[in-house]
Amino acid sequence: MSEITENNVSTGWSPRIIAFFCNWCTYTAADLAGVSRMKYASNVRIIRVMCSGRIDPQFVLEAFAKGADGVLVGGCHPNDCHYVEGNYKMLRRYRLLQRMLSDMGIEPERFRLEWISAAEGDKVKHVVNDMVEKLTKLGPLALDQKQKDWDKEVQSLEDDVHAQQQEGAVAHA
Amino acid sequence: MLNNRKERWHMPKPKVAFYWCASCGGCEETVVDLAEDILGVVEKVDIVFWPVAMDFKYADVRAMPDKSITASFVNGAIRSSEQEEMARLLRQKSQFLIAYGSCACTGGIPGLANQFSRKQILDFVYQGSPSTVNESGTRPQTKFQDNGRQVYLPEFRNMVRALDQVVEVDYYVPGCPPTPNITKEAVGALLAGRLPPKGSVLAPDIALCDECPRKDSKPTNVSFKEFVRPHQKILDPSLCFLAQGVVCMGPSTRKGCTAQCPSGNMPCTGCFGPTSRVKDQGAKILSSLCANVEPKDEASIDKVLEGIPDPIGTFYRYGLAKSLLRRKVNLPAS
Repeated sequence: MSEITENNVSTGWSPRIIAFFCNWCTYTAADLAGVSRMKYASNVRIIRVMCSGRIDPQFVLEAFAKGADGVLVGGCHPNDCHYVEGNYKMLRRYRLLQRMLSDMGIEPERFRLEWISAAEGDKVKHVVNDMVEKLTKLGPLALDQKQKDWDKEVQSLEDDVHAQQQEGAVAHA
Repeated sequence: MLNNRKERWHMPKPKVAFYWCASCGGCEETVVDLAEDILGVVEKVDIVFWPVAMDFKYADVRAMPDKSITASFVNGAIRSSEQEEMARLLRQKSQFLIAYGSCACTGGIPGLANQFSRKQILDFVYQGSPSTVNESGTRPQTKFQDNGRQVYLPEFRNMVRALDQVVEVDYYVPGCPPTPNITKEAVGALLAGRLPPKGSVLAPDIALCDECPRKDSKPTNVSFKEFVRPHQKILDPSLCFLAQGVVCMGPSTRKGCTAQCPSGNMPCTGCFGPTSRVKDQGAKILSSLCANVEPKDEASIDKVLEGIPDPIGTFYRYGLAKSLLRRKVNLPAS
């Protein structure tokens, strides 16, 4: 594992995290961390949503498919949701989605749900730093690159057929 | 316009081809299921290629001029180099290439193999499975010598693909298999030139619940205390499956099949794929089902969700190859 970390240092790779933060608690907390001049890892790209219950599992899968190394979801603490039930909906989706992701080979550490209230700027800092550390140990997911690699075999046949047409010979005649 | 239409009747009949890739043969069966309606179709077209039913060789197709086939209906997922090659050939020779059936549209049941590597699959099929006897350890080879002749076999690919992940597709006819009503509608639309925009799915763009006979019994607030599978419970033939705690893919599946499974007292398994607004059918039904689980604490939520032991097989039964993740991510690329 340490080897991977060292490699990452030498290649300059560091994890990219997509964070979905709810407008009423976690995004406000991230804002608070900012105005309090707290320093935390810059690996996180925050997307503000109105409620953690608004986060469609498709968003999470798309983030991974497009190259995110981790997805972080932040919502209000239980019983504190601005829309009463939204964070519970997210929690239930999270439980099954995380199981499904590990069935698809994506480590559970790559998808994280945290309850962070508007007053918990330091928790934002702690959670982001902790996640960056764990993902750095895990190494890149790079699913966007993997999908390109998978499709090289389609291209290889294209080239093959083309070459055969040049020669005038065809397989499976 | 009118002149053009008149002229069409003097033109030769449109040429149609059918081909199967990684499929079970059910889609071919559907063409026959058109019953006497097939006679009307056969009258209006020339079938120029249909390996399952008629004797044509690949060389016959190669000899045809480009774009000379009006429409090719290709069913089955793409899993071998031969299927890729035929998909390319038919694309080149056809004006319209139609992905026919779930496997061609979204990868279908064969697409579930994307949870395993080629090595895992070949090891199981040629060695590990309980019914296999293979003492000499024979494995498929892409070429070998037989009586001094070089013989070629197609290469087994690392992953399963939908047709449009290999070649451009003009229209999609979904279903496992496509039902006779939408097949007839699709063929009719093609013959009459009533064509929707390229890339359309030739089925209504609304969820199955809309035409389900149980629609009226769907509760406004679904609340799951448990999930059961159809064999674990005697199902009420008139009550919405979701109200009975049974996973039904209806809410995230396109209608058009006339709700045949719910009418036969079985829940929808999602073969028509998602509507146009949904990118990932599995994620969408997961979202809907989970949100409506009743408990609020992790342990009780997990207990309810234990009723879905295989989320991939349940939510992506026909669509893993076209899902956002496409394939188990930590498998080798080659």
